[in-house]
Amino acid sequence: MSMQQSSQPGSAPVRSQSLERMIRLRRSATNHLVTGVAIVSTIVVLTPLVAILGYLLLKGASSLNLAFFTRPPMPVGMPGGGMANAIAGSAAVLGLASLLGIPVGIGAGVYLAEYARGTRRGAIVRFTADVLNGVPSIVMGIVAYALLVAPEHHFSGMAGGVALAIMMVPTVARTTEEMLALVPNPVREAAFGLGIPKWRTVLSVSLRTASPGIITGCMLAFARVAGETAPLLFTAFGNQFWSFDLNQPIAALPLQIFVYAVSPYDEWHRLAWAGALVLMVMIMASVTLVRIFADRGVLKGGS
Amino acid sequence: MEIPPAMAARATPAEQGSSVIRSFLQKKSSGRMADGVFAGLMLICALAIFGIVVLILLMLIDQSRLSIHAFGLRFFINRVWDPVTGKFGALPFLYGTVLSSLLAVCMAVPLALAVAIFLLDVCPRALRGPISFLTELLAAIPSVVYGLWGIFVLAPIIRDYVGPVLIRYLGWTGLFVAPDFGVGMFTAGVILAIMIFPVISSISRDVMRVVPVSQREGVLALGATRWEMLRIGVLRNARMGIIGSVILGLGRALGETMAVTMVIGNHPGMEKNLLAPGYTLASVIANEFTEATGDLYLSALIEIGLALFLVTIVVNAVARLMVWAVTRGNPGSVQS
Amino acid sequence: MGVDIRVEGLNAWYGSTHTLKDVSLHIPANHVTALIGPSGCGKSTFVRCLNRMHETNPIARAEGTVRMGDLDIYKDATPVEIRRRVGMVFQRPNPFPTMSIYDNVASGLKLNGFRRKRILDEVVERSLRQAALWDEVKDDLKKKSGASISGGQQQRLCIARALAVDPEVLLMDEPASALDPVSTAKIEDLIFKLKSQYTIVIVTHNMQQAARVAEKTGFFLMGRLVEFDATTKIFTNPSDKRTEDYITGRFG
Repeated sequence: MSMQQSSQPGSAPVRSQSLERMIRLRRSATNHLVTGVAIVSTIVVLTPLVAILGYLLLKGASSLNLAFFTRPPMPVGMPGGGMANAIAGSAAVLGLASLLGIPVGIGAGVYLAEYARGTRRGAIVRFTADVLNGVPSIVMGIVAYALLVAPEHHFSGMAGGVALAIMMVPTVARTTEEMLALVPNPVREAAFGLGIPKWRTVLSVSLRTASPGIITGCMLAFARVAGETAPLLFTAFGNQFWSFDLNQPIAALPLQIFVYAVSPYDEWHRLAWAGALVLMVMIMASVTLVRIFADRGVLKGGS
Repeated sequence: MEIPPAMAARATPAEQGSSVIRSFLQKKSSGRMADGVFAGLMLICALAIFGIVVLILLMLIDQSRLSIHAFGLRFFINRVWDPVTGKFGALPFLYGTVLSSLLAVCMAVPLALAVAIFLLDVCPRALRGPISFLTELLAAIPSVVYGLWGIFVLAPIIRDYVGPVLIRYLGWTGLFVAPDFGVGMFTAGVILAIMIFPVISSISRDVMRVVPVSQREGVLALGATRWEMLRIGVLRNARMGIIGSVILGLGRALGETMAVTMVIGNHPGMEKNLLAPGYTLASVIANEFTEATGDLYLSALIEIGLALFLVTIVVNAVARLMVWAVTRGNPGSVQS
Repeated sequence: MGVDIRVEGLNAWYGSTHTLKDVSLHIPANHVTALIGPSGCGKSTFVRCLNRMHETNPIARAEGTVRMGDLDIYKDATPVEIRRRVGMVFQRPNPFPTMSIYDNVASGLKLNGFRRKRILDEVVERSLRQAALWDEVKDDLKKKSGASISGGQQQRLCIARALAVDPEVLLMDEPASALDPVSTAKIEDLIFKLKSQYTIVIVTHNMQQAARVAEKTGFFLMGRLVEFDATTKIFTNPSDKRTEDYITGRFG
């Protein structure tokens, strides 16, 4: 509004000077107000982050001890339990998920970037991947349940791995595609010009050139599913004891945090905080690493 | 232009090595088979993405058949959820999901846009990196950790400090009525707002960044202040994408499970009072799935999952199309 | 030793644009042939048709006959087989950024499955010597990446890479257009030394360069080959008015 008024001062030569000044003042006040609001909002948003991290450190660190990393949980009332089995279980489930999800994701990304660039088919696949990315994680849990738990009549780490793998595919596919798109086309042409078959060019030239970025993307996808709880509720289910059998219910760190958090026992609350701290440190470490790699420039030196 | 003989002689032919190479390369197959197999494999991976979506849909429909047959569409307008008598209606959960998500969007959008603008135009260059890193970190915190924090930190704060204030000054609207236990619709909305904020902020920033510099400069050249430049030069051009990012955030909130389950109170009511406990589609699945006795109970829960799936698919598709319309399919960020 | 190339009735399209119109010519073996003309005249498209690189663009299409020695490259062979016999150097240096200098030169062999290390070592050294780069890089063959050396060195690296597969024909698409004068002179020197062993086709927009390195020169205009003759003839006494206009600079 103020913009339109002031942009045509010539049309109203009789407009008094004080009016002009008021308008100018209002415009500049609005400007400062918006700037102020933007700054305040940023502070408001960063507050919960600081609060969450602060509480995690405060409550988590005081509850962490060696037993946390070496012992399975103890029955209620007995002190000294840990989450060692949950950490191991998480590792097993996440390992399976990565093994299944990352190759498929990279393959789909390669297809999008190297075989379907600029095509309608590619756009449809890309779109589907983006939409799949937004499907709630608990739905993946139901699907893995229907696929693997219901027919077998028992919960299993495998079902949890499959649910998480499905979640990794679209993320890995999209990052792979974006990283491959950054590989300069002349580099591909150089390989074709040498009579190197396309499959070999994709593997040894395109993927290799883009590999830092793709690894980054895989780690982000990994970090994202590492904290997932909902898809594990009725697949991996949880286990109070040591188990590495992916065909049986298996413990997982986020699951254990959830169970302990909603329990009525203080000792378990304490362990939940410790578990959350460990989970966050793991995730933050990978995100930070990713950030460092990304800042360094993934493809420096590409002609 | 003639070749000096000395020069021609200096070029070392290494005849033996060269003939080995030529015969090797000429005998080597053209790799057509391998090319075909490889392209096929990559295509299968790409189709797997379709496959997964179709598989999810078919599985959910198949497993919720019992419930669909028993209740039909009334499932979603029926207010009673009573596993004991076998009466299942999803309306309270639908209400809870929509209400908590809308609350979250209302709280998150102004903040997210303000931060996007801050990072884009106001923020000193040196602060830009750390702050956007911190907001990304907000996105990396797992849902269950938000839930933990929600139970033990946020809920008491809302019960002891925020709730009484809301009741006193806004009690007349009927939206905030005592008693406030700390867990309930409002707390869920706050947690969700924090969770969806990074999505909205980062995608709307991507969208705003796509607006050509010439557009901003054009407006600035007319003597506009920074805010006017943003409003006319940036926000107006990026409008569609910003709305898309908001809808993406909404989609995220609709499906969010753990944090909400831990702070919403898990009671299937449909109250206007935001301080009262509620229940959402996702949290009823999370809470009752493993306890579901009887096929109809399980089937009803899976039908809720089906509804959640369809709603989020539609919401996400619309949002993605809107974001793409601005960025022209230009892959901006994969986070969501 | 190189082979000669006979092109008959070659047409090429990008989408619906007809970029090469009915080109026929005979490129002699073991000589340098230069192709000149204003940008967009089809000279680059023409060389890209000689090793079937043209068709890597999904919207591109070519028709006609190209014989390399006895081989009809559009009928008797796959693109991959042709490209193994034809080296190509591009307008901008395009070394593989993640590979060492050694691996860059060896890539044409290694990525095609050649594993004999001793021969690879020999070939890398010989190719780098041929490209006049050996002395500059021999100490960090495996330490430095192909992208870490200077632009002129990168282009010579690309030439070495093309020579390592022991091609019969070497195609160069404006190989010096992105380089400084010193590097350009080095590349021209190189072309001069290599022509006894390879059939070289060089595209250039620089007429002096064509006059310096080539025995034969072809002038392209709007997708057609206007004139093809001995270089001296083209530059001193062209038979076509349009050629004369172009080489005397009277052309738009």
